[in-house]
Amino acid sequence: MNDTQLVRMLALIIAQSAPLMLAVTGETITERGGVINLSLDGSMLIAAMGGFVVAYKIDLLLQAAGISGNFFPLMAGFSTAALIGMLVALLIAWGSIRLKQDQVAIGFVLTLLLADVANFLGQDYTRLPGPRVKHLPIPLLSEIPILGPMFFNHDLLIYLTFAIVGIAWFWMFRTQPGLRMRGVGERPESAFARGIGVNRVRYLYTALGGALVGISGAAYSLDIKLGWSDNHILGIGWIALAIVIFGGWRPIRGALGTILYGITKALAQKLQTTFPQVPVVLFNSLQWLLMLGVLLLVGSSGIRRLIDYAPARLQQPLAQALRVAPPQALGTAFVDD
Amino acid sequence: MKRDNLRIIWPAVPVLLALVVITILLFVVGADPITTYSAFWTGSFATAERTFSTLAFWVPLLLCATGLLVTFTAGLWNIGVEGQMIMGAVGASWVALKVANALPNIPGLVIIPLELIIAFLAGALWAGLAAILKTRGGVHEIFGGVALNSLAIIATNYLISGPWQPPEGGTFRGTQPFPAHTLLPLHGDTLFSPLSLVLALLVLLVVMLTLKGTFWGLKLKALGKNLSSAFMMGISSEREAIIAMMLCGGLAGLAGAVRVLSWFDSLRQSISGGIGFLAILIVLLSGMRPLFTLVIALLFSALLTGGSIVQLRTQLHSSISGIIQGLLVLFMLLFGDYRKVIRKRRVVKPAPGGDA
Repeated sequence: MNDTQLVRMLALIIAQSAPLMLAVTGETITERGGVINLSLDGSMLIAAMGGFVVAYKIDLLLQAAGISGNFFPLMAGFSTAALIGMLVALLIAWGSIRLKQDQVAIGFVLTLLLADVANFLGQDYTRLPGPRVKHLPIPLLSEIPILGPMFFNHDLLIYLTFAIVGIAWFWMFRTQPGLRMRGVGERPESAFARGIGVNRVRYLYTALGGALVGISGAAYSLDIKLGWSDNHILGIGWIALAIVIFGGWRPIRGALGTILYGITKALAQKLQTTFPQVPVVLFNSLQWLLMLGVLLLVGSSGIRRLIDYAPARLQQPLAQALRVAPPQALGTAFVDD
Repeated sequence: MKRDNLRIIWPAVPVLLALVVITILLFVVGADPITTYSAFWTGSFATAERTFSTLAFWVPLLLCATGLLVTFTAGLWNIGVEGQMIMGAVGASWVALKVANALPNIPGLVIIPLELIIAFLAGALWAGLAAILKTRGGVHEIFGGVALNSLAIIATNYLISGPWQPPEGGTFRGTQPFPAHTLLPLHGDTLFSPLSLVLALLVLLVVMLTLKGTFWGLKLKALGKNLSSAFMMGISSEREAIIAMMLCGGLAGLAGAVRVLSWFDSLRQSISGGIGFLAILIVLLSGMRPLFTLVIALLFSALLTGGSIVQLRTQLHSSISGIIQGLLVLFMLLFGDYRKVIRKRRVVKPAPGGDA
């Protein structure tokens, strides 16, 4: 493989990681506020279906009216998907905050239910060609060797994804509202004592995160894995939830995690064609073994032991950088009376 | 007095709500709700043949749900029940294919119990893996379970298309049929094994009594309710968690064995078909009360078998059964406790300026 091939492959991996990146960022935001949206595997499916169907129908309507162009159908599709994701997330937050029920239970039921609903409502729209997001290289920037094709030779959705990851990081760690958000996820009692409306903040970030999860579903059906079919992207939601943990509830590390995941998958495909004598089963299991492996690494004392091998001066900063701690109040309801 | 009445009538509210939503959904896709609901009845209980199909699905659902009663009591989310069931099926298939082949003289009376034991062990070990990952590796059992489920499916596909493929070549559909004496005795020419139902009911009874009447049951409850105070009482959370998970896995393994030894006659690609996940919904809906679990499992099994007739008659997507089941559980989870639905409103009213 020569250099251009490698760059082209990396660019493809980055592009294909974008939807997952959106889901991971969305869920990171939601969980930082203290709410677990476990329904990702279902909500991404139904958002992918809803987004595709709306975009497809509006595209047909506009074509019949003689208006060409993808802009309006796509906007409608992505908005629908965002709305679906937001409503699902809000349902979980409401069930927890208002009805005092278990977030994990509601989320799990929604995971199964929404996948079924997506297959049910989408049954007449399988394997149809729909609108897709247009390729849009950024002039000048995409001409930069290596970095250009990797980061600036994609479409608008992918650029927006990069921007959202950056904004999420900046918001969380560099602004006052972001600090409040983290406070609500870590110590809701203290945040409440400081006059923060804990549950209002939680609704807000759950909705925001849910909208991103919805958009990520449509990012598959309208951009990366075009169209709709039964269980179109089944399993991806669970991968996203695992990467949120791997990323230590930080947007940039989560985004890197999605790229790492993409690289591993591409590598496995490459190896599979190179070594056809190795059973395919090994490559199929790889992503799940990887998921267990990284969760073990961050969950057990594995990372700490690895850091012990690093040079003494690096140990402290490494431990700081690799720290993985969930928001302390994650998944618990806050009662203010 | 009035409150008591409300408590008894209330569960009808989420059920009706679910029915309303389902009916709306049917209108949306242009299906006739009456035809659909009656097809569910025809498909599940109308004839003796369909009734036995319903019973045949009831058994694995019951076995898995019984196991989940244990893990839920201990506060564990054993999502891996699906994979544990598959591994149980693989274990039973190994005995039926390999052991019965190597020692053809062993009678069914020995080989069938052996199949069930190996299935139990296989399921228990797969669950033990998820438990160890949790207690030693810090991997939450939900994620461990999801990964192990997928790995179990991949392993089955590998066995079917590789080492255990039928002599005429791998088809990806299943192994060759097991010898007749290794299969569970069936009722007439149905696919229902009465013996397996007796076993499942017995297991439920034992688990129910264990959870209710023994110290171990109490320990599990303490674990599930409050981890830190259980720790203060000197209950080893690790040991109990592992035992609870392995017990559940073992029962799921039995469910897998029942699937391959009665419903199918060979190891198939999708021996579970979501039964494990469905069992989780059943236990959630029953609020972890064993007798409710029994009845709801029968209802869900009827929805499952009825679904195929619904699909035939109305051309609806097969996911309709799952939607009905999911909506029932969702609304029961959200609105099942009237005190949480109604009381809260009164608290909020006097303080409109407060944080709600």
